[in-house]
Amino acid sequence: MKRTALLLAAVFVFSAFVIAAQSALLINGAGASFPYPIYAKWFDIYHQKNANLQFNYQSVGSGAGIKQVTEGTVDFGATDGPMNDEQMKAYQGKRGSAILHFPTVLGAAVPTYNVPGVTGTLNFTPEALAGIFLGKITKWNDPAITGANKGVNLPANDIVVVHRSDGSGTTYIWTDYLSKVSEEWKNKVSRSTSVNWPVGLGGKGNEGVTGLIKQTPNSVGYVELIYAAQNNIPYGTVKNSAGTFVKADLASVSAAAAGAAKDMPADFRVSITNAPGKTAYPISSFTWLLIPAKIQDAGKRDAIKGFMKWMLTDGQAYAEPLSYAKLPKEVAAKEMKAVNDIQ
Amino acid sequence: MPSAGPVAGSRSFLSKLREGDEIARLITFVFAASVVLITVLLVYELWINSVLPRQKFGLHFFVTQVWDPVMDDYGALPFVYGTLVTSAVALLIAVPLGIGASIFLAELAPARVSDTLQFFIDLLAAVPSVIYGLLGVFIVVPLMREVIYPALNKPLGFLPIFKGPSYGVGFLTAGIVLAIMVIPYIISVSREVLLSVPRDQREAALALGSTRWESTWKVVVPFAKTGIMGSIFLALARALGETMAVTMVIGNTPKIAASLFAPGYSIAAVIANEFTEATGDLYLQALIELGLVLFLLTFILNGLARLLIILTTQKGSGVSNA
Amino acid sequence: MTARLRWRKFVSNFMLTLTGVCAFVSVAVLFFILGYLVFNGGTSINWAFFTQLPKPVGEVGGGMANAIVGSAKLLLLASLFGVPIGFLGGIYLAEFSGAKIASVVRYAADLLNGVPSIVIGIFAYSMVVLPFKHFSTFAGAFALGLMMIPITLRSTEEFLNGVPRMLREGAMALGASKWKTIATVIVPAAYRGILTAILLALARVAGETAPLLFTAFGNRFWSQGWNQPTASLPVMIFTYAVAPYEDWHRQAWAAGLVLLGLILIINILARTILSRGIAVPRS
Repeated sequence: MKRTALLLAAVFVFSAFVIAAQSALLINGAGASFPYPIYAKWFDIYHQKNANLQFNYQSVGSGAGIKQVTEGTVDFGATDGPMNDEQMKAYQGKRGSAILHFPTVLGAAVPTYNVPGVTGTLNFTPEALAGIFLGKITKWNDPAITGANKGVNLPANDIVVVHRSDGSGTTYIWTDYLSKVSEEWKNKVSRSTSVNWPVGLGGKGNEGVTGLIKQTPNSVGYVELIYAAQNNIPYGTVKNSAGTFVKADLASVSAAAAGAAKDMPADFRVSITNAPGKTAYPISSFTWLLIPAKIQDAGKRDAIKGFMKWMLTDGQAYAEPLSYAKLPKEVAAKEMKAVNDIQ
Repeated sequence: MPSAGPVAGSRSFLSKLREGDEIARLITFVFAASVVLITVLLVYELWINSVLPRQKFGLHFFVTQVWDPVMDDYGALPFVYGTLVTSAVALLIAVPLGIGASIFLAELAPARVSDTLQFFIDLLAAVPSVIYGLLGVFIVVPLMREVIYPALNKPLGFLPIFKGPSYGVGFLTAGIVLAIMVIPYIISVSREVLLSVPRDQREAALALGSTRWESTWKVVVPFAKTGIMGSIFLALARALGETMAVTMVIGNTPKIAASLFAPGYSIAAVIANEFTEATGDLYLQALIELGLVLFLLTFILNGLARLLIILTTQKGSGVSNA
Repeated sequence: MTARLRWRKFVSNFMLTLTGVCAFVSVAVLFFILGYLVFNGGTSINWAFFTQLPKPVGEVGGGMANAIVGSAKLLLLASLFGVPIGFLGGIYLAEFSGAKIASVVRYAADLLNGVPSIVIGIFAYSMVVLPFKHFSTFAGAFALGLMMIPITLRSTEEFLNGVPRMLREGAMALGASKWKTIATVIVPAAYRGILTAILLALARVAGETAPLLFTAFGNRFWSQGWNQPTASLPVMIFTYAVAPYEDWHRQAWAAGLVLLGLILIINILARTILSRGIAVPRS
């Protein structure tokens, strides 16, 4: 009796593993977690249109994405911060061809806070943000902050800074911006997915940062725009290079990208933080897919090219409902041409 | 021990082979040796993949407090400190609780109750560390800020370990979460070991007039001492290497502080946080070197614990397994 | 009754009650965690959860069918790899080896146990993923199997050593060879403790996320065979829990509950199937 039960169990277990064989082509990608929701959406819809193609994307982080595509363990990568020259050379050396960047959507990093007694939207100047995160501005009623927030009663409490502890593209965007607006920040801390923060607590992921801020009075930190939007977290405005205090939303982020379209380099590696334009939100960024210039497998090559063309046209319609800003039309058009470079 | 036979010891290898003992010895030896092999291979891999920082920093790595991925300057001290402190706190909480609970389950609880409860405690071990992390964030952190911190800081705030403000996250919070995570191991293994202590040991003690507690604490527990210590090793190893849960509640700040309420960082947590995003060979290899440092820590702590066992094992009190 | 005796009795009752308190606290925490999981994830558990593939955000529903199967496959393969090594190695330590070798092997096992799970993942990545240039269930199972070895080894040895002398001597007196004694008398006598340890090891690796990130990777679709990347419950939990969407959070809690359920089933199955054997009399 026991033996038959065991046998039955074994058969059941094994039959569960034998899924009806399909001739589906599996294409693996790894990278940034910021665009994961929109990528998941895109790949799901594309799979519905092309049942024989499976794009499997895992959000393991921008750095991991760059690493894995360089090692050749995945077919494409994704990153919030463009690869630098060193990494491009490393790719060329390891894989024998070039790697191409393709912007997909836009996002932004916003300042969130928890100040007792403050219910409205706070305005932040670049000097204030840099000073706070450098640890030089230590109290909420510092003139650098109160100057931009007339009429708001800011207490004389110590500021608790919260940043990301895990390496992330959001940190890259944030530090990229601070490096542009503060010489001291650029020299002392600089820009990267992971930096040596002068002050502050580290929270893991957007969730961690938000959790810390919610529970810690007098705290301030940064999170992705879509995260703040989806969770109704109050966030402040930032003064842009034209002098206007702008609150991040789809319109202001798109405005930041529009300015970039004109000077877009051929390889699409560009930073649009502190972009010109009256309505531009200064802490915005593209996020990129990393596609090898040479793909050996013909099936995979055609699949990827087909997906890219779809993504740049019909795919863009899915971005805004998920709180991502679309690519400017000119940028998308340029990318379409570049897709043909994939061999 | 050669197998029984008319002329013990003088049997040929072939005949021993036929009886299967040599085969058994050989096969099991291969498996035991493979464990050592795997461990050696692992250390080797860690070693060759941490060449750059060892060349650049040498022994300085152990005493530097800086961790700067942009300037490429790395040091292990704050992480070693955090790992040791959180593990110590975890054991201080988990060991008394765990041993107490296992004594209760093994000696006092009726068999059915004991088995059922053990079943559920074993389930605790299966809770993914991410969930522990989330529970830590949603429950332990506020608890720390609202209840534990005021309770400890007001009366005992003059002590360096209880000084300073609390953000909810920090060494103590991480230690508490770790304690919850390792208790099942202590209870589970200790209970089994206690259950396997022969009945006559207890009965002898009771017959000599000892109370229930005395027979348990002075006779049964020492008999099971090595097994219990083994469970504590397991717990310690788990605490040292725990990644996800710690990183969600420790504050992720690479700084050394005397206060248990201060935020800190541990080796496993920083590796988990930064490995996936680390680009640049020196950065990556510095993280791997940290893995090597953790290995070294485990090595040392295990050695110390082993020494403790050797020194405290009396003759006749159970199996000595040092 | 002398005063001293009264005191000893008092101490006895007090300490024993204290142990009861310890047990109560430990169990209370457990039930609290379980309750929290059920409360937060219970609503998301429906038939769809067990049979459907994950849906992208914005679409309510979808499930984690591929993650459940993926976790089961990983655990199965990991056990096939880790348990024999630990079990047979433990037999060697308890029955055949000399003190010195035993010491070395035990030490190695303890070291292996202390390696952070993410470092195991890195090791498995360089051993299995890089040479073959792709992620796979194999690689994930390799990493998890490694983590099962130390607990299995140490506990097998511990419980084999705990088998009373009289059982061994009885078998030998009847003329049984060493390996026969081990296989038919000693191991069955110690099976309870060893099984507990194996299940503990399995439970521990079932919830591990870090080692799978670079080995099994993850998969939104069904994973064919053993050589493709596969979804797993812990990685899904991790991905969903740190995402900005409330619906995904609930699914993460549900997945945590399902994971526990999976372990529960494994526990029950193992104990019933292997319930033969000589039970050592309990005190």
